[in-house]
Amino acid sequence: MKRKRDKPRKPLANEALTRRDFLKGASAAVSGGMLAGQAALASAAPPGAEVVGPGAVPITLQVNGKSQNLSLEPRVTLLDALRNNLDLTGAKRVCDRGVCGSCTVIMDDKPVYACNILAIEAQGHNIMTIEGLAEESKLSPMMTAFINNDAQQCGFCTPGFVVACTAYVQKHPNPSREDVEKGLGGNLCRCGTYMGVRAAVLEAAAKTMTSRTVVPSASPESLRLLALTSD
Amino acid sequence: MATCKYDWPPAGERGLIGQRISRIDGPAKSSGRAKYTYDINRPGMLFGKVLRCPYAHATIKSLDVSAAKSLPGVKAVRIIQDVGKEVQWEGDEIAAVAAETEEIAEDAIRKIKVEYEQLPFFVVEEDFSQATGHTKPAVTNKTGDPDKAFQDSDIVVSEGYYGVPVITHCCLESHGNVVEWTDGQSMTAWASTQAVSAIGGQFAEPLGISPNNVDIICQYMGAGFGSKFQADRWAIETARLAKDAGKPVKLMLERNSELLVAGARPSAFAKVKVAAKKDGTLTAWQSESWGTGGISGAGVPPLPYVLKIPNQNRTHTFVTANIGPSRAWRAPNHPQACLITMAALDDLAAKLNMDPMELLTKNADLAPNQDLARAYKDELKKAAELSEWQKYWHPRGDKSQGHIKRGLGVSFHTWGGDPHDGKCMVTIQPDGSVEVKLGSQDLGTGTRTVINIVVAETLGLPLEAVKVSIGDSKYPPDGPSGGSTTVGGVSGSTRRGAVNARDELFKVVAPTLGAEADQLEAVGGQIRVKGDSSKSLTWKQACAKLGVKPIDAQGEQKRGKSECKLNDGGVGGVQVADVSVDTETGIVRINRMVAAQDCGLIINPKTAESQCYGALIMGICYSLYEEKIMDAQTGRMLNPNMEFYKLAGIGDIGELVVHMMTGPGYDERGVVGLGEPPVISPGAAISNAVANAIGVRVPTLPLTPDKVLAALEKGSMA
Repeated sequence: MKRKRDKPRKPLANEALTRRDFLKGASAAVSGGMLAGQAALASAAPPGAEVVGPGAVPITLQVNGKSQNLSLEPRVTLLDALRNNLDLTGAKRVCDRGVCGSCTVIMDDKPVYACNILAIEAQGHNIMTIEGLAEESKLSPMMTAFINNDAQQCGFCTPGFVVACTAYVQKHPNPSREDVEKGLGGNLCRCGTYMGVRAAVLEAAAKTMTSRTVVPSASPESLRLLALTSD
Repeated sequence: MATCKYDWPPAGERGLIGQRISRIDGPAKSSGRAKYTYDINRPGMLFGKVLRCPYAHATIKSLDVSAAKSLPGVKAVRIIQDVGKEVQWEGDEIAAVAAETEEIAEDAIRKIKVEYEQLPFFVVEEDFSQATGHTKPAVTNKTGDPDKAFQDSDIVVSEGYYGVPVITHCCLESHGNVVEWTDGQSMTAWASTQAVSAIGGQFAEPLGISPNNVDIICQYMGAGFGSKFQADRWAIETARLAKDAGKPVKLMLERNSELLVAGARPSAFAKVKVAAKKDGTLTAWQSESWGTGGISGAGVPPLPYVLKIPNQNRTHTFVTANIGPSRAWRAPNHPQACLITMAALDDLAAKLNMDPMELLTKNADLAPNQDLARAYKDELKKAAELSEWQKYWHPRGDKSQGHIKRGLGVSFHTWGGDPHDGKCMVTIQPDGSVEVKLGSQDLGTGTRTVINIVVAETLGLPLEAVKVSIGDSKYPPDGPSGGSTTVGGVSGSTRRGAVNARDELFKVVAPTLGAEADQLEAVGGQIRVKGDSSKSLTWKQACAKLGVKPIDAQGEQKRGKSECKLNDGGVGGVQVADVSVDTETGIVRINRMVAAQDCGLIINPKTAESQCYGALIMGICYSLYEEKIMDAQTGRMLNPNMEFYKLAGIGDIGELVVHMMTGPGYDERGVVGLGEPPVISPGAAISNAVANAIGVRVPTLPLTPDKVLAALEKGSMA
């Protein structure tokens, strides 16, 4: 069973403090996840690092092409910022540990687990969520392929899958079935929609789409249901 | 023969029924706009968290919540179990808080000071010899004369040990609620639930309010599999926190809590002896089985599974263990009984040098009734054809070169699927718009779409002309979605409601068309006289005759005798697994799973097939990966997360082939439930396929590499 592994990342250029530095520096002061206090952190942090928190700090996120100003504790994940502070609830919290992919969003054209990124470190990057893949009551070609191939049952894993599949097909426009099976191992489904997902990805790839193509393709009843759900 | 005006249109006259129709909530789900309980954000909403006991067995010695109460941002704190209470499993609720952010709520939980006195515990139940003092006899049963039957000189006897461990439901949306009080006496709960119409009363009673003042809402829910039928203790506490704080509260379980306490499927282990004549006719069965569902009893696996073997001696013992309580898990007790029985029969077939397909076919008449026996024979043939059984099956032990061994295994199963009771209201407005309302729920099973199809078919309208309203307890009550009772229940009630509404409309427009009401039909968006399509009105023209008053017609599905053939109960099902086993690593790979499944009349083949694909995948998961791993030293669950409580990924399923049995003998039964039956056989079919491949039985699920290698080593020493 394949899982995406965290590769060692280069520090993000426009940040004074990376998550790894923060955790490394604070390790002496942290036990069981509690922060010991600003002074202890300042002394534990590497020289030249800017220490922020533990209280809420101003954060600006670029989400679906809009700038969002928030006030958040540094420990808040990107996922929780999206869901609790921006009411963008498409990405779901399921495992909260970077395993199941239900929280998948696109960060600078790469699919990432939002539960594994702090909101503070997502600054300066372009975040695209499922809500940004299709505007208003429209549907993207990948979403249409999901509907046609019955690739959703309870639907809780579906937004993560649609985002991951969209990103995958952008990078691999002509995948084989084996490619799809390897490429989408980072998203789990409990209801068992993999047959439909596999077919949907191959169908959407065959139609050679990009994530920014917006195509209205639902029946009036389905669109009415869509409108009902976007309070 | 009495006919019923509600019966399904005959085969040649169906429009939408039987067509492959995409589920109507597909767009909402695939676009991320569907709102689940976990997604509900209410104005001023607080976040709830629960403090849980870290010990398998303990008494609470002291409890001090004052530091949590005084933390800025905390708006309510509740003690759930106080000093002196005995806690009997890791994860049980001690206290709860509600705060302005999740982070503050987590900090508040950590500030609660609690001391426990740890007590002796018991959590590993497979070794029955270690379970002394933790057992309760459940069943002792004798049929016929098994002692004599086993002494028969002309029989072949196979003995074995088989079992399945405790597993969890692992719904992707965890359990939880958002509760908001409108005043001191009325509340709304957005609940992730399988029982929209049932749980309101479960909130009302402990909160001391009228059930009339509780509104349950669940438009979308992230799976239940049997674990979400009740308003849990943490749900009631969410309501109490919301009342104390004067603000709405969202309290959803974290993944570790979800796997610790929100339900489990009981284990079952069995020593089995089974006998047959040399021609394969089964004569005797003996089993001693045991298993745990937590600290109280659990269900008893129905052994021997399906087949009424003439001489039987069975005992079952409950083991009481300090683990989170079991709940109904898709087809309760059947996956366990199926694995134990079908593996034993497969071992017997190997001893007889008999093809297991032949053994099952030969003994199919031991099924509880002839309809089931016939279904098994048809399905065994179909599954053999689709799995290319003749081509790929071989006697036990793949003798081909190399370390990859391939094998096939077969199993069959049964389930009920009778309809649940339920009501609905169908409204036709003078402007032609139509709505059907019922307090039902769609777990991902396609319930919304089935209702849409039934009502649209009955009224001769396209799907999009009917508004389907479910998921709110303000609507007429429908039954819970469990036992595979929903598709029969909702299709029965909405068919009746739609026919009643249609017939009222016929009465209104009949004079205009110069005909009697019973001479009219609703087809293709028109109301017209049967056999004379020149006499017709469009749907809109017909409805305009209503003036200002809509039609409101009730429909009810109710237990009891009826001359209608809308629904039925009782299905079979056969599955074949085709696996390859790497004998160097022990890894089992699924090449193909084949399912031949009957479920009476199928309203929507597309979503019915998805139910089967999903069940096969769930079956692959519990056959190869899933296990609630308990640590005997600490009493704790070692894998309350999704890194080590493993589910199959998209690359782990191979090819899945589903064949729904339809046509004469099946359609005329009416609608029968499907959600559970196809999840029963995968464990047995896969275990049998692995035995066929490697030549030895891996006795218990999951068939993990270490167990496969251990079985190979044991087998090579024999």
